Amino acid sequence: MIEFKKVRKVYPNGTVGLDNINLTIHPGEFVIIVGLSGAGKSTLLRSINRLHEISEGEILIDGKSITAAKGAGLRRMRRDIGMIFQNFNLVKRVSVLRNVLSGRVGYHSTLRTLLGLWPKKDVEIALEALSRVNIREKAYARADELSGGQQQRVSIARALAQEAKIILADEPVASLDPLTTRQVMDDLKRINQELGITTIVNLHFLDLAREYGTRIIGLRAGKLVFDGPVEEATDDVFSEIYGRKIKKDELLGDVEEA
Amino acid sequence: MSQTQQAAAPKKMGRMIKTALWLIFFAALYIWSFTGLEVEWKKIMESLKIVNKMLAGIFTPEWGFIWEDEGVLDNMLVTLEIALLGTTIAAILAVPFGFLAANNMSKRYPILPFVEARFPVISWIGKRILNVIRTMPELIVAIIFIVGVGPTAFAGVLAIGLHSIGLIGKLYSEAIENMDEGPMEAITACGGSRLQVLWFAVVPQVLPEFFSFALYKFEINVRAASILGMVGAGGIGTPLLFALKGHDWHRVGAILLVVIIVVFLIDMLSGAIRKRLV
Amino acid sequence: MAAETKQIKTPSKLRFTIIFLVMAVLYVFSWRGVEADIGSLIEGWPYIRDLITGMWPPNWKYFERILDPMLETLRIAIIATTFGAILSIPFTLLASRNVFPNTWVTNSARSFLNFVRTIPDLLLAGIFVALLGIGPVAGVAAMTVFTFGIITKLAYESVETIDPGPLESMTAVGANKWQFIAFAVVPQALPAFVAYVLYAFEICVRAAAILGLVGAGGIGIMLSETLETFQYQKMATIVLFTLVIVIVIDSISSRIREKLL
Repeated sequence: MIEFKKVRKVYPNGTVGLDNINLTIHPGEFVIIVGLSGAGKSTLLRSINRLHEISEGEILIDGKSITAAKGAGLRRMRRDIGMIFQNFNLVKRVSVLRNVLSGRVGYHSTLRTLLGLWPKKDVEIALEALSRVNIREKAYARADELSGGQQQRVSIARALAQEAKIILADEPVASLDPLTTRQVMDDLKRINQELGITTIVNLHFLDLAREYGTRIIGLRAGKLVFDGPVEEATDDVFSEIYGRKIKKDELLGDVEEA
Repeated sequence: MSQTQQAAAPKKMGRMIKTALWLIFFAALYIWSFTGLEVEWKKIMESLKIVNKMLAGIFTPEWGFIWEDEGVLDNMLVTLEIALLGTTIAAILAVPFGFLAANNMSKRYPILPFVEARFPVISWIGKRILNVIRTMPELIVAIIFIVGVGPTAFAGVLAIGLHSIGLIGKLYSEAIENMDEGPMEAITACGGSRLQVLWFAVVPQVLPEFFSFALYKFEINVRAASILGMVGAGGIGTPLLFALKGHDWHRVGAILLVVIIVVFLIDMLSGAIRKRLV
Repeated sequence: MAAETKQIKTPSKLRFTIIFLVMAVLYVFSWRGVEADIGSLIEGWPYIRDLITGMWPPNWKYFERILDPMLETLRIAIIATTFGAILSIPFTLLASRNVFPNTWVTNSARSFLNFVRTIPDLLLAGIFVALLGIGPVAGVAAMTVFTFGIITKLAYESVETIDPGPLESMTAVGANKWQFIAFAVVPQALPAFVAYVLYAFEICVRAAAILGLVGAGGIGIMLSETLETFQYQKMATIVLFTLVIVIVIDSISSRIREKLL
């Protein structure tokens, strides 16, 4: 369970990133955050694992405050939160397997990981994670030999190998073409359902949001302006969140499954 | 129309004055340069008479001198060893300097957070240090080490090792500044410690480039090491100095031949490896 | 599963081991070859320390004596860079494939260039000193060849990247080679060329400052003189003055270069 309590974020230049956010996300939910760019979607997501610091308030994960956590305690909490990025954030020059294994750094002492002494079990977990996203056969390829969609699957596998309880995905499909977009979203959805991992995704395609989410959160200028189940998120609601009519490029449109 | 013409006229005038000023500046510069140089034409004319002899000598190298004990090849080998060891020492010592001088690192891991937010002090200091090291010519550094360890090849190694930190460190810091910082974020998000972030996100990205830069500097250092002997710091420079002082052009020819071939081969080999690395 | 990992990992580990062993042998061999001796460094350290502490404070009065040699160094650099730049113009054009499509011409020009660039700068200086006698003329000669190599290499690479449009239109209007160069190549390549000349000048000043160590004029002669006679405070003045000159010239020149490119 993730709880936001009166969270506020002000950037050094005075811009308000998040404004009095109160929010509770339950285990197993598939939450999609929508809003214009600059509305604070990314800030909200990154404040959960403290890649961004908040200015006021508190964020609790399973009852423990990550806002107050420090050093090893913070790293221990981050270990349970996987993250998927728009640009994949893989090390392109090393193998897929090494990238996935790097998700397990939080489980071992720094010294052990620096020496590359991964337990056999970890390699198995990593390969298992790759199987789950259907790219097991690419384990020993260099990451930059893979297509964009495949790279994003590797980063999903990294979050799986991490055995995370929560997955945060920051615009995971913004750099992908429509077909691979659906494949990646399908992977996320399947993992959410099969493993019960709480998933929070930032998206700017509204039809995808409706199709995959169980709950939608709308942000506008740092404020929470909508929070409800998918069924309630009508076109009018989206117009409200965006402060204008929905444009065509905010819809992915129909793509035939290959 | 007339307005633009009016505006164009003073602009044209301005440009003409500017050109004229530049011309005067260069004319003065060259007059100053040429008149100030003490040239003894008589001596030069005389020495030009031996050009024939010199060229004839250089193009008929003394082959025996190449192979003999303590000859060209033996000394060239020492030169290569100086370059190899010196470059390696510098490549290792330059790592901390490279990280210090990279502004994205000093921003991420600020030693003085309050100051760092306004101005990257650490990286600025790191860059200055590297600049100063680079500006000290290796021959002077070699002379200083000779005072300590005597006129040996080891002094050459130390000189190259110290001097090369400047360029290698600068190139390292640029590689660090240009790398993709995304993976660092990813490893942090996985719960990695600072060292783990460094090892899993930074090192794999920059290591091939570090190797490549070290190799590049090695190419340069083979050239540099081949003249260190002229100030007494070992290698092929010493026999060269003797051959030049004695006007023994056949030996100069033999040395030049070997130096050129070796430098050429090293450049080729190193270039091929560097292409594969990055 | 373990078997699978092993099987795929082995080749890279084997290669790594071989490279590692070869390098280790090379290092041991080199360490012996140069008779490296950390002990001698520790033993000799007091002498180095004395030298460095002996340099302080620099002998400021000595500045007057070294002003002239320093100016001579600058003169050598200015004249040599100019000669090198003038010489590099024809070779730049000959080595550029978009100016001379004939590969025989460009290849021979490039081979000549590569040959010139393999010779270390001070080795050239040594040869010219042996030939022309101790003095600035040997320095000018050596630095001319040196800057020629730097400028030509950089310049022909940039000429090859100029916009081919004007080249084609000059060919289309029936221009001869001279008109082609004057109206299509020069206007495009000039700013970069000037920038490279400035860059070569920076390197040239650094090199010219130590030319004197092998007898080729300029401030370097004073440097070896003061060192051999243990006048470290005077030596400090020379080193500091040289550093200042080099840094000032570098910063002015790199600022101009940024504007040009």
